Amino acid sequence: MSALTTDINDADPSDGSAPLVDRRIRARQLTVLLLLLLLVTSILSLTTGASSASLWNALTDLAAGRDLSTMDRVVLLDIRLPRLCMGILVGASLAVSGAVMQGLFRNPLADPGIVGVSAGAGLAAICAIVLGSLLPSAIQQFLGTALVPIAAFLGGWGSTILLYRVSTRGGQTSVATMLLAGIALGALAGAASGVLVYYSDDSQLRDLTFWGMGSLAGATWTKVLAALPIIGLALAAAPFLARGLNGMALGEAAAGHIGIAVQRVKNTAILSVAGATGAAVAVSGGIGFIGIVVPHLLRLATGPDHHSLLPNAALLGASLLLGADMIARVVVAPAELPIGIITAILGAPVFLWILLNRRGNLGL
Amino acid sequence: MITSLEARNISVKLGGKEVLHGVDFTARSGKVTAIVGPNGSGKTTLLRAMTGEVPHHGQVSINGVDVASLQPWQLAAIRAVQPQSSTIAFPFTVLEIVRLGLSAGLSAADSSVPLQALACVGLGSFAGRMYQDLSGGEQQRVQLARVITQVWEPIVDNVPRWLILDEPVASLDIGHQFTVMDLARSYAARGGGVVAVMHDLNLTAMFADHVVLMQAGQVAATGSPAQVLTNETLASTYGCPIPVNTTPPAEMPFLLPQARAALAIQPGE
Repeated sequence: MSALTTDINDADPSDGSAPLVDRRIRARQLTVLLLLLLLVTSILSLTTGASSASLWNALTDLAAGRDLSTMDRVVLLDIRLPRLCMGILVGASLAVSGAVMQGLFRNPLADPGIVGVSAGAGLAAICAIVLGSLLPSAIQQFLGTALVPIAAFLGGWGSTILLYRVSTRGGQTSVATMLLAGIALGALAGAASGVLVYYSDDSQLRDLTFWGMGSLAGATWTKVLAALPIIGLALAAAPFLARGLNGMALGEAAAGHIGIAVQRVKNTAILSVAGATGAAVAVSGGIGFIGIVVPHLLRLATGPDHHSLLPNAALLGASLLLGADMIARVVVAPAELPIGIITAILGAPVFLWILLNRRGNLGL
Repeated sequence: MITSLEARNISVKLGGKEVLHGVDFTARSGKVTAIVGPNGSGKTTLLRAMTGEVPHHGQVSINGVDVASLQPWQLAAIRAVQPQSSTIAFPFTVLEIVRLGLSAGLSAADSSVPLQALACVGLGSFAGRMYQDLSGGEQQRVQLARVITQVWEPIVDNVPRWLILDEPVASLDIGHQFTVMDLARSYAARGGGVVAVMHDLNLTAMFADHVVLMQAGQVAATGSPAQVLTNETLASTYGCPIPVNTTPPAEMPFLLPQARAALAIQPGE
């Protein structure tokens, strides 16, 4: 009993008696706010652009029973709406993949971009851009513009499986090995891309730059429908990972001791990240930093509980990417910037900020 | 009904070298069983083999059931394991860490158990603090609260549950060493099983019912503290003379280590 009283006296009254805030309630309130934010950014995204087509005019036309003007129809339904859907899918996918990877690696700096999944997907895409013309013409005609996205998707999957093979021994995945293997894979992909640049002509070079920076500009309903099932499946798996990822924060052994099937959580997490990242890179190129910035901001706001972190990350990731896309569309209008430039300008300082705040505390 | 934790013929190889050589181990529910021994004798390795953290040969059973036949969640329902040290990757609060011990984790319905467990380890007022801001000893007690939360009732459906503790008092001051060991005692007194790797032989003598003394990957002696903690076994196991005395009322052994130089000039030699 004496020990107990000592402790209460030991506690520093300034922070020892910190009020017991239930962060679960704040997280639910935040979910509502983020839904509203996504609604607002979606409407803005539909009304923003180089063309004068107006959502408002289109809606009044519809309300009055008139047909949409051809221009409104094309701009809104065939350009901006698929672009909006792709932005939501890709933003949610990048943010949730980042949060899942970070939970799995117990490290807030882990990201599909870091473990080499994006690099593998990117390398395959660059190969397709530069070397695609070497394929038999029948295959080229059959695949058409789908060649690069398909290659990116396969590259993402392939590099994940390779990483997984390298870092898994006897059914146990070593997180440190996987991070280091990811760095090696990233370096290899970078070198190979460098070599390929020498073999590319001017128009291919422009494609490479554009693709490497990422963009939602090429959004079509075909691409949206191609990415939807894979990203949808990966996002649907996320809620089932929440408890496992929370447990993993204690360490793999301790997670097992509280009843979590650790290897199953790892397998599911790796597969869903590979699928979501591969699909996202395939349709929109390499868009960086969403996967690091979004989960970090949410952990600051409502804590690291993955039950709320994962759905909120999907919502904030989607809004953030739509916002970045609007900036990319208007700053140099009528041309547009690759969206990766915007996300890097917003994200790199946050990345550095995390790094500085965690100096000396970057446990692998 | 078997209500013990048993390990049969446990061998462990680490880095190509066999560090446990066919160890047999039995702990009974309702008792505190301490594993003691010098550094490198295999105490923690034995514990990790029994919790499945290191690959091993041999069989481990809890309450008569082979643990290899149980799923992680089935095992978690009958035994909780406190790690030696634990760093947490993300900014969880103390209460959130303890709530991870509930079977549904952080999505569990509200329960008073985590707060009671925190009060048991003397951290009742720490629930809203950030785990990362606590001292090592406080973090160790938070982990203990989490582990106790997991197996809060010592007996469920007439089956005992188990607390497995790896050096539970390693970084605690003497007052909190007693808080923690009292907790372990009372868990055993209410019918649960407790297995703890211990360094402090005096605390072991005070709180353990059964002692397993390890030496060089084998069991050197087992029995009650009075049977195991003797001048001869301790001198041969630890390689230095450790005079054992006894203290009333129950003739409990206690050790008062002295410098070799002091022993060498004892009068009468």
